[in-house]
Amino acid sequence: MTTVIEQQQTAAPVPMRTAAAETTVRRRQLDDAFPAVVAEHVTKRFIVGRKRKSVLAVSDVSLRIRRGEIYGVLGANGSGKSTLIRLMSTLLTLDAGRVEVFGHDIVREEMAVKQVINRVSVDAAFFKKLSPHENLIYAARLYGLDARVARAEAIRILARLGIGEKRLGRPLEQMSRGMQQKVAIARALLTSPALLLLDEPTTGLDPRSKLDVQAFIEELRDTHDSTIVLTTHDLDEAERLCDRIAVLNDGAVVVEDTPEGLKAMVAERHGAAPTMESVFMTFTGRSLDDDTNADESDSDDD
Amino acid sequence: MTLMARELKASYAFVERNFHLTKRYWGWEVAWLVYSVAGALAISLIGRSEGSNRLLLVLVIGAIFWNFLSLVFEFIAETVQWERWEGTLEYTLMAPVRRYAQLLGSAVYAIVYGLIHTAVVLGVLALFFQLDLSHANFATVLTFIGLGSMSFIGIGIAAAVLPLMYVERGAQMVFVIQSVLLLVSGVYYPITVLPGWMQVIAHVSPATYVIDGVRRGVIEGTPISQLVGDIWPLVLMGIILIPLGMWTFGRAERYAKRTGKLKRVG
Ligand SMILES: Nc1ncnc2c1ncn2[C@@H]1O[C@H](COP(=O)(O)OP(=O)(O)OP(=O)(O)O)[C@@H](O)[C@H]1O
Ligand SMILES: [Mg+2]
Repeated sequence: MTTVIEQQQTAAPVPMRTAAAETTVRRRQLDDAFPAVVAEHVTKRFIVGRKRKSVLAVSDVSLRIRRGEIYGVLGANGSGKSTLIRLMSTLLTLDAGRVEVFGHDIVREEMAVKQVINRVSVDAAFFKKLSPHENLIYAARLYGLDARVARAEAIRILARLGIGEKRLGRPLEQMSRGMQQKVAIARALLTSPALLLLDEPTTGLDPRSKLDVQAFIEELRDTHDSTIVLTTHDLDEAERLCDRIAVLNDGAVVVEDTPEGLKAMVAERHGAAPTMESVFMTFTGRSLDDDTNADESDSDDD
Repeated sequence: MTLMARELKASYAFVERNFHLTKRYWGWEVAWLVYSVAGALAISLIGRSEGSNRLLLVLVIGAIFWNFLSLVFEFIAETVQWERWEGTLEYTLMAPVRRYAQLLGSAVYAIVYGLIHTAVVLGVLALFFQLDLSHANFATVLTFIGLGSMSFIGIGIAAAVLPLMYVERGAQMVFVIQSVLLLVSGVYYPITVLPGWMQVIAHVSPATYVIDGVRRGVIEGTPISQLVGDIWPLVLMGIILIPLGMWTFGRAERYAKRTGKLKRVG
C-alpha cells in the first residue's frame, strides 16, 4: 500500500483568478513539481461493429495535472472524455503512451494507483436492491477501511449533501437519480482518494441538487487534499469549479488553460464573446482551420 | 495491517455483500428452493414408480448433489454477469483488491450458500420419501462435497469470463457447460450406458467422481479409505482447475480492458 507524500510548498500562492472570479480563488497552493497526474502521448483505439472499424477514442493526449487542482475536461459527445478517465482508473489499458498517478505508473503499479483513486461515473453504479449503507460498507471493505468508521463518515458526508440518516437503510432503487448520484459521490469520498475522477457527476441532477454537488466539490477542494478531474457538459459548472480546463476534440486535446485564459483567447483571436460557450463552440467545431490559425497567431504577442 | 489480513478483509467484502444480496432477494431465494425441491422430487419419483428403493436413492442423491455442484458453479460463473447487470462491474474491478481475494470471497459464499440450500432440499426429500440415512457415512459425503467444490470453483471461475468476452451471449454459454457436465457425469444413470467417447469425457468430469463417491457414502456407508480411486482424480482436478481458472480470468480481464468490453456507456 502506498501513502501519498504530501509536498509542502513554501512559496506564496500564485493568484490564478481575476477579481471577478474571486469566489473561486484557491486557498491552497498548486504544486507543479510533483504533479498528481502525468499523461504522455496516451492513445486508445476501439474496434467496433461488424466491419471492425477502428475508432480513435483518445489520440496522443499529454497532460500534467497539478496536485490539488480541479482539472476540467470538456468536449462534445464522443470526444473521448470518459475513455480518458477510464484509462486513468485502470479500467482500460493504454494502446500507447504512459500515465503516472502520484508518481506511480498505472500499468506497473496498478494496485498502488487503485488505492489512491476513485471514480464517480454518470450512472450511479450500485447494487440497486441493497441500501446505501450496505453499498457503502461494501466499498469501505474493498478499500480496507473499518466498517464502523466508514459508516460514521458516510453519514456525515451524506448529511452534508442533504440525505438524512434514515434513508440509509432502504434499498437504493427507491431513491431518485440525484440522490443516488450523491450516494455515489459519498462512496468515492469515503476512501479519501488523492485523485478523484468525476465523470459528469451532475448530469441529470435538478438545479438544486446540482448546486449541492457543486458546492460540495468546492468544499472538497478547499478542505481536502484531493486532486479532481471533472468532465461535464455544464459550462457554467466548468467555469465555476475548474482551475484549468482541457478541451478534447476527436480524442485530442485542442487547448488547455484556465477558464479566464480560454475566454480571453477566444475573444482575442476569434473575436468571439468571452464566454465558455464560445470557447466550447470554437474548439469543438468541425472546422479546425480556426485552430490552426490560432496556433500561428500565437507567436505575435501584443 | 498485514497484506494477508487486508486481502482477507477484501474477501470478506464479497461474502458480506453476497449475503446482503441474498437477503434482499429473499423472494427469489424461496422460489429457487421450491424449484430445486420440485425438480429433485420429479426425478426421484421415477425411482418410486419403478418400485426400486435403490433406484430411488440413486436418483435422490444424483438430484441433490448435482444441485449442489451446479449451485456452486453457477454462483461463481455468474459473478461477472451479475455485476454487469447491476452496473457495478467497473466499480468492483477498479477497487484495490487482488482477483484471488475477490474469487475466494465469492467461492466461500457459494459453498456456504450451496450447503444450506442442499441441506434444505435433502431434508424435504428425506421426509417425503421417508429415507433411511442411518448407515450413511457423512464423513465420506462431506469429503466429496469439499473436493468436488474445488473443481467446480475452478470451472466456475473459467466460465465467469464468458460474459466478459461475449457481452450478449456469454451467460447462455454457462448453461451449455452445465448441461454437458450433467449429461456425461452419470448423475442419474451409470456412465457405462454412455457411448464410449462420452465415457472418456465422463472421466475428466469432476462431477462423475463426486456423485459416485457420495452415492457410495450414503447408500453403502463406504468409508473414505476405500474410495481412493474417486478421491485422487478430484484432488488432481482441483489442483489443476483452480489455478487454470484464475489464469483464464486474468487473461480475460486484460482482454476486456484492452477492447473496452467492461462497459462502454457514460
Ligand atoms: N468500450 C468501448 N468500445 C467501443 N468504443 C468505445 C468504447 N468506449 C468509447 N468508445 C468510443 O470512443 C469514442 C469516445 O467515447 P467516450 O465515451 O470517451 O466519449 P465522451 O467524451 O465521454 O462522450 P459523452 O460526452 O457522450 O460522455 C466514441 O466514439 C465511442 O463510441
Ligand atoms: Mg462520457
